[in-house]
Amino acid sequence: MKQLLNTLYVMTQGAYLSLDHETVRVEVNGDLKLQVPLHHLGSIVTMGNVMISPFFLGKCADDGRAVVILDRNGRYKCRMVGKTNGNVLLRQAQYQAGQDDDHTTAIAAAMTAGKVKNARNVLLRSARESGDPEEERHLRKSADIQAEALFHLKSARDTDHVRGLEGEAAAAYFDVFTLMMKPAERDSLPMNGRNRRPPLDPVNALISFLYTLLLNDCISAVEGVGLDPQMGFLHVPRPGRPSLGLDLMEEFRAFMADRLAVTLINRKQITLEHFEPRPGGAVYLNEKGRKEVVAAWQKRKQEETEHPLLAEKTLIGLVPHLQARLLARHLRGDLESYVPYIHP
Amino acid sequence: MWIVVCYDVNTETREGRRRLRRVAQVCKNFGQRVQKSVFECQVDEMKFEQLRRLLLKEVKLELDNLRLYRLTEPREKRVEEYGATRTVFFDEETLVV
Repeated sequence: MKQLLNTLYVMTQGAYLSLDHETVRVEVNGDLKLQVPLHHLGSIVTMGNVMISPFFLGKCADDGRAVVILDRNGRYKCRMVGKTNGNVLLRQAQYQAGQDDDHTTAIAAAMTAGKVKNARNVLLRSARESGDPEEERHLRKSADIQAEALFHLKSARDTDHVRGLEGEAAAAYFDVFTLMMKPAERDSLPMNGRNRRPPLDPVNALISFLYTLLLNDCISAVEGVGLDPQMGFLHVPRPGRPSLGLDLMEEFRAFMADRLAVTLINRKQITLEHFEPRPGGAVYLNEKGRKEVVAAWQKRKQEETEHPLLAEKTLIGLVPHLQARLLARHLRGDLESYVPYIHP
Repeated sequence: MWIVVCYDVNTETREGRRRLRRVAQVCKNFGQRVQKSVFECQVDEMKFEQLRRLLLKEVKLELDNLRLYRLTEPREKRVEEYGATRTVFFDEETLVV
């Protein structure tokens, strides 16, 4: 029986990792928090100010166990691997899947299905909470369009077909986006569909900024498992574009970024004073606004959720890492298909 | 597979106390302590061979006693756990500190 190796995440600031015979000790302020036999660990991910003893690093290098370093916000810094590691095979599998049209379509369709399903859930939640029957009808109608896209995704012919279905669903989603905001907020922060590069109104600026945070986390997650972030399935590879990071992000947009944006607006945590106009009609968050959003984002990531496939409690911020691992397992051939994360 | 390692090491001499520490360290390398001299280790066949070999190298069979049990799977149906210790599932839990 082959054991699947686990990943150790160290997020506590000031933690110290050291080697104790064949185990790793995780200490915080001198207290032993966890001691794990190394044979269970495939990689170690640290966030922010986490110290690692040189002996432990050397041991990981010898065994081909990756040590990934992210900053406090989860932005990818570096990944230390030893001489031999299986990741060339993983990347090879990733490229092979990218060359195979059917395989690419299957993965792209699964990811899009995750995105659309999560968007639908967010819409339905807003419909339940909406007090206005007319608005509820619009939200439900948009949710129906998402359901229809889900239905067609099952028999998508190729990746272009998947992209087409994704586009239609997304357009219907952003058509009713403002209805998720409270009426008073809609007047002060008007929005007309999704626009970007540059965002032309405050709501789009807010969503864009949250997507940037989310994308960083997704790239970190992809790098963390040893996949190539530039070689995507749904997004066409293009120089400098983190296509796989963008792919992975699709599932999380609605409940991690969009829902948070709506909450921040409805609670008046983010108001017009947090934005500033730029030449050419662009609108961006100002420094005060960015700080507010980053704080809310980190808080959101600390919330607990239950992963439906793995059936275990986890933090929302770790879900991209779990999904990246599922994708790697699938590409390696250990999992028959990639299963997207559906937020409960 | 899950292996339960139990040991009695005669600690009347300094040499015995040394053996006790060394036996415990081998167990720690492979699993987790569930009682003072009881460990549960999740290992594959190869790791189990290693574990047994290393343990037998440390114990003195005239003085000490070593017992290795293999748990019948599924573990959660065969193991009842009461009290303060909690087993960590190193292979499947999301390990976060």
